[in-house]
Amino acid sequence: MKRALPAVWPVLFLTVPLWLQDQYLLHILIITGIFIIAAMSLNLLLGYTGQLSLGHVAFFGIGAYASALTTLGFDVDLFGLRVVHQPWPAIVGLFVGMIVAGLSGYAIGRLSFKVRGAYFVIVTISFAEVTRLVALNWVELTQGPLALTNIPPYTLGFPGLGDYTLWNKTAYYYLVLALGLIAYVVIRRLVGSRIGRAMIALKENETLASAVGIDVTRYLVLAAVVSAAMAGGAGSLYAHYLKIIDPDIFLFIYTVTMVIMVITGGKGTLAGPIVGGMIFGFLPVVLRPFAAPAVQWILYGGLMIAIVFVLPRGIVPALQRFVANRPSGKSAGAGGLE
Amino acid sequence: MDEFLQHLLNAVMLGGTYALLGIGLTLIFGIMRVVNFAHGELYAFGAYAVYLVAAALGLNFFLALIVAVIAGALLGALIEVALLRLMRGADIDTVMLVMIGAWIVMQNTELLLWGGVAKAIVTPFPEAPLVIGPVSISWLRLFVLAAALILIAASYVLIQHTKLGKAMRATFQDADTAALMGVNIKGIYTATFAIGSALAAAAGALLGPVFLVTPTMGDLAALKAFAVVILGGLGNITGATVGGFILAFVEELGAGYISSGYRDAMGFLIIIVVLLFRPTGLFARAERVG
Repeated sequence: MKRALPAVWPVLFLTVPLWLQDQYLLHILIITGIFIIAAMSLNLLLGYTGQLSLGHVAFFGIGAYASALTTLGFDVDLFGLRVVHQPWPAIVGLFVGMIVAGLSGYAIGRLSFKVRGAYFVIVTISFAEVTRLVALNWVELTQGPLALTNIPPYTLGFPGLGDYTLWNKTAYYYLVLALGLIAYVVIRRLVGSRIGRAMIALKENETLASAVGIDVTRYLVLAAVVSAAMAGGAGSLYAHYLKIIDPDIFLFIYTVTMVIMVITGGKGTLAGPIVGGMIFGFLPVVLRPFAAPAVQWILYGGLMIAIVFVLPRGIVPALQRFVANRPSGKSAGAGGLE
Repeated sequence: MDEFLQHLLNAVMLGGTYALLGIGLTLIFGIMRVVNFAHGELYAFGAYAVYLVAAALGLNFFLALIVAVIAGALLGALIEVALLRLMRGADIDTVMLVMIGAWIVMQNTELLLWGGVAKAIVTPFPEAPLVIGPVSISWLRLFVLAAALILIAASYVLIQHTKLGKAMRATFQDADTAALMGVNIKGIYTATFAIGSALAAAAGALLGPVFLVTPTMGDLAALKAFAVVILGGLGNITGATVGGFILAFVEELGAGYISSGYRDAMGFLIIIVVLLFRPTGLFARAERVG
């Protein structure tokens, strides 16, 4: 049964739009998927390199804005220099969003990895707040609090088959699923490689890692760039799916949501952000009928504290241990869920 | 020049409360090694306590301030005993996550109790400002500065000249040795968190009537407190006091001469610049571990 389990998941996820008729639930699933991609990218930093980056929403938001602005075009005056950009296809925006977010990840990583611990946490939060204030105040570019609206959906061009514009939720569901799978495979290959082992080594013992010749800053910055680009991609999906974004996308609470997803599921595990993301993506749906938003958030906060106390390593490692210790389940390896 | 004088005066008014926030946070970090994300919520708690006593119940404004500070201290002690005491020995990131959880719970409890609409607190001070030559000051702000300075002075006396303060300083230097010398470390931690929380609540109680009271008012306050503490060096009380005034000056001048929209960005830019060029803060005597 344990061996059959991993095969069930792709079938389940692939057939969702066939049996799920409720458009609201499909919408929640798409948003959850987008946040799971963001949480997976955060996990690369938080779980594998051990750096508590609390500014992750900056990359998500930068990706969303860069993608939306690439698609919508802009006309700004930059210190007397007029910069005009004509609208480009939305799908190009996805790549521009990832590239711009990745570059920001490089810049912010280069600067903030000079410090560690509490200082690192605070400097990353500061970067996110500065980006939020820029999005709020650079009205000429971002429309400020008026939000960027009418962001067009992606159009995918298939050679010989013509163009296909993603108008409905089912199409976006499959796009999110496909990109989530790519992100998963990229992270899996990365952490399984030499680079991933270097990252884990420097999480376990940075001094020792640098003593054996691992260029600590280089690997941290590399992780930050990959992580930021993925978060930027998720941000682009978010912008083109919802068709509207405002500076609230940079709110600290979204970083907290991603962090809760990673911590609950299990940081430093491949399945952790997916499990945690599903829980916190659908918890509002379960709670909505009988709990006001404020009550939901109180439960989130309480749950976060409880998880840290009861399951400090998260759900996935706890399940793995449970499966491994079960007398009957003697099939080798505890990696079933990974 | 007159405009500059006015900015300078506004900055001094604001700096006192920033310093209060910073001293509370830096005490908690220095002695307990806890990055207190709930600090801003204790600030908001102080403001709501004044609103409850002075505006909702209609009692005396000054009584409301005292109630807010005492309630803040009690809430701080409760958080320490119920949460942080169980986390002794946990790594700093884990404690940070717990404090983020506490922050979310507290902020949304306020939202639930009071609603999202901003509340205004009416004070007994006259509306007309005090005009001295080219500058004007509101009486309320003058009182806020005076009260903040008294509280800052009281914190100094407490830490430098009382037995409790001595025990706190000893714990700051070396908790294990202090424990061996008979210092009740558990009690010191509770007292530290209570004092730090009381100072945050006091800052909120004083600034609540100046601005408006909202459930999210603590977010920016917490981040500004971090900026103040980083300017002064984590754990450095004199640094936090000076840092509070520096942040207020930079914000006021930045808002006045660059762009008012970026007023709140100044604190974060300070954090980034200070950490990149002088990670131990402007006034650190020795290297501190983050």
